Amino acid sequence: MNGKLLTGNAAAASAARLARVDYVPAYPITPQTEIIETIADWVRERKMDTKFVQLESEHSMMTAAGAASLAGARVFTATSSQGLLYALEMLYNVSGWRAPMVLVNVSRALAAPIVLEPDHNDVLAARDSGFLQLHAETCQEVADLVLMAYRVAEDRRVMLPAIVNLDGFYLSFTRERVLLPEQEAVDRFLPQYRPLHPLRASRPVAKGAAVMEGYVYTYFRYNMHAAALRARKVFSEASRDYERLFGRSYGPVEGYMLDDAEYVLVMSNSFTTIGRQAVKRMRERGVAAGLLKLRMVRPFPSEEVAALLRGRKAVAVFDQNLSPGSGGIFYPEIAASLYNAKGRPAAILPVVGGLGGKQLTPKEMTTIFEEMQAIAKEGKTPSPMYLMRNDELARVKRAVALAQGES
Amino acid sequence: MATTSRFKTLKDMPVEDYLTPGNTMCAGCGGILAVRIFHKVLGPNVAWINAAGCMTITMSYPLSPIKSNWLYTAFASAPAGAQGVRDALDFLIAKGRLPASEDMKVVVVTGDGAAYDIGFQATAGAIDRNLDFYYLCYDNEAYGNTGFQMSTSTPFGASTKTTPATEAFPLGNTGRKKDLFEVWRIQKAPYVATLSNSHGVDFLRKVEKGGTIKGPKLYIDFAACPTGWGFDPKDSVEVEKLVVQTGIWPLKESVNGVVRHTFVPRSLVPVKEYLKTQERFRHLFEPAEKSEAVSIIQSQVNEYWRKAAAAEDLDVRLPEGAR
Repeated sequence: MNGKLLTGNAAAASAARLARVDYVPAYPITPQTEIIETIADWVRERKMDTKFVQLESEHSMMTAAGAASLAGARVFTATSSQGLLYALEMLYNVSGWRAPMVLVNVSRALAAPIVLEPDHNDVLAARDSGFLQLHAETCQEVADLVLMAYRVAEDRRVMLPAIVNLDGFYLSFTRERVLLPEQEAVDRFLPQYRPLHPLRASRPVAKGAAVMEGYVYTYFRYNMHAAALRARKVFSEASRDYERLFGRSYGPVEGYMLDDAEYVLVMSNSFTTIGRQAVKRMRERGVAAGLLKLRMVRPFPSEEVAALLRGRKAVAVFDQNLSPGSGGIFYPEIAASLYNAKGRPAAILPVVGGLGGKQLTPKEMTTIFEEMQAIAKEGKTPSPMYLMRNDELARVKRAVALAQGES
Repeated sequence: MATTSRFKTLKDMPVEDYLTPGNTMCAGCGGILAVRIFHKVLGPNVAWINAAGCMTITMSYPLSPIKSNWLYTAFASAPAGAQGVRDALDFLIAKGRLPASEDMKVVVVTGDGAAYDIGFQATAGAIDRNLDFYYLCYDNEAYGNTGFQMSTSTPFGASTKTTPATEAFPLGNTGRKKDLFEVWRIQKAPYVATLSNSHGVDFLRKVEKGGTIKGPKLYIDFAACPTGWGFDPKDSVEVEKLVVQTGIWPLKESVNGVVRHTFVPRSLVPVKEYLKTQERFRHLFEPAEKSEAVSIIQSQVNEYWRKAAAAEDLDVRLPEGAR
């Protein structure tokens, strides 16, 4: 196998370069910074024909990004965590402007307490923003999904911006073998951006105009929703073209040992790799375990989820995020996808884990399958699992005791 | 002012109008008048970049009173929107993907809430990046669109919805109006100017002059607000004239940091005459005149003009009895 060893950040930057983006407004934040540094280098070394500008905040960065897209440029930018939240107001505006830019989010858990490693509360805070969302498990996926994101976002049937998500540290700073497509083939897959009704001297337009009545607002919001739903089909078309050109195929979801699986773990992003290991272990023990990975998060692939999860004995939804007072964020979305499906699983187990990048032992992961089995056998109501080990709790307590001067 | 200007008298005001008759602003709105005059000088090829404020609702889907491009961004980041549009146009024109005839003047238009408060940082960023754009702030000295709450542009002694004059707080707002002209100037914006709609030739010339300068061109227009300030809309331009004659609103410009007053009132009208025109200052005179507060306002004006007169060798006569 050919390819280069690239970090997830380098894969994202490489894809932006292959997409021949015109404009990159930027603002640094860990663990995303390597992306904009890489692009800044390339631009200053004349290896990338792009206008790069560093803004004074993520809020301004997103404003400039959306505005440039409306003026007809293909726009790329990246952020993480607090930066995404600082820009959040503009995410809603940029999608409302129907500006099809691509934003890479490198997931990092949110303060307070401040931390560097990932969970998905950052990107899921943008869940309802109108951005399409594609989540990557590997560095290869990062590169491929950035290219696919442009293709889908800029499609006239969609015209919505997109987020490609990758986990900080686990992908951002981890080198994996990545096959980068040839420029010529990318140009065929992704022709130059042709804006729809851009800001022009010869044909003035108004963008982001006020609406004074709820029904007019509703009209625009339903239009956005319909466009986001159409992105499912457009994504599938793009996926077929991508496979034809580059030999890699991406569905909105991906199954692992799913065909005959009775117990299915639903996951997303880089920890899916850990989930796959757990499935293998369970299979070695003779348990019919399987995994369903969410790749497309917006639009939500409810039909695929329902089709692939029906008839299973039990399903566990692994949420690497936490909505305090409710639980995991994906859980209700999966449950809602299944509620009206025929032959839905008898039990769906909510699992929260990996917060702030908390590592997961194989045992923690296999425990989820054991719990699924117990629920299915005993017919009991699943109660939520919040993963944290006793040794981890003991370490917290020991550190606090040390800080308090106790020996 | 430069004698090379094409604007000698008000008769030189361009007849072309880029605002259609009729819009959603209040009668007597100083802000929309400023936009109209500004646009006349700039000509047709303009991209207005707006932040939340009164002007936002001029563009009420599906109607627009403005014949050029318009982008509403958000409250805090209109200058960043200008950055994106400017950069995209420059890049696409440089690459030959867009003809040069599609170039536009990029103009941020906001009220004082955005300029003095929530968009302060985004403006500083645009100045630091030497963005080639215009900024027109229509300054009505409060958050007008939300019903007239205090901003950092609100002058001392004004009653607003969040600084109401009461028995316990008899002066209304006790903060001083932020000197945004100076703030923008010391950030090294190449051109900063104040405007008043009542001084049309001065206004026209300053916008014209901005066109000769590359980089940030920042204007603060004193925009009378009959609704928020409490006066008859027909008197808008009179109120704007009086604020200049009292010396409260000096007409000036800064070119590369060097300040010059472009209109010097030879004899300052006492501030009291201006304050008395508006409901927002009524508590300073009723039930009895709060002469201490009024004299604070007068002495601030006097102090300003003493310094300006010394710096530029101006002949300004202060009101009688001024300390």
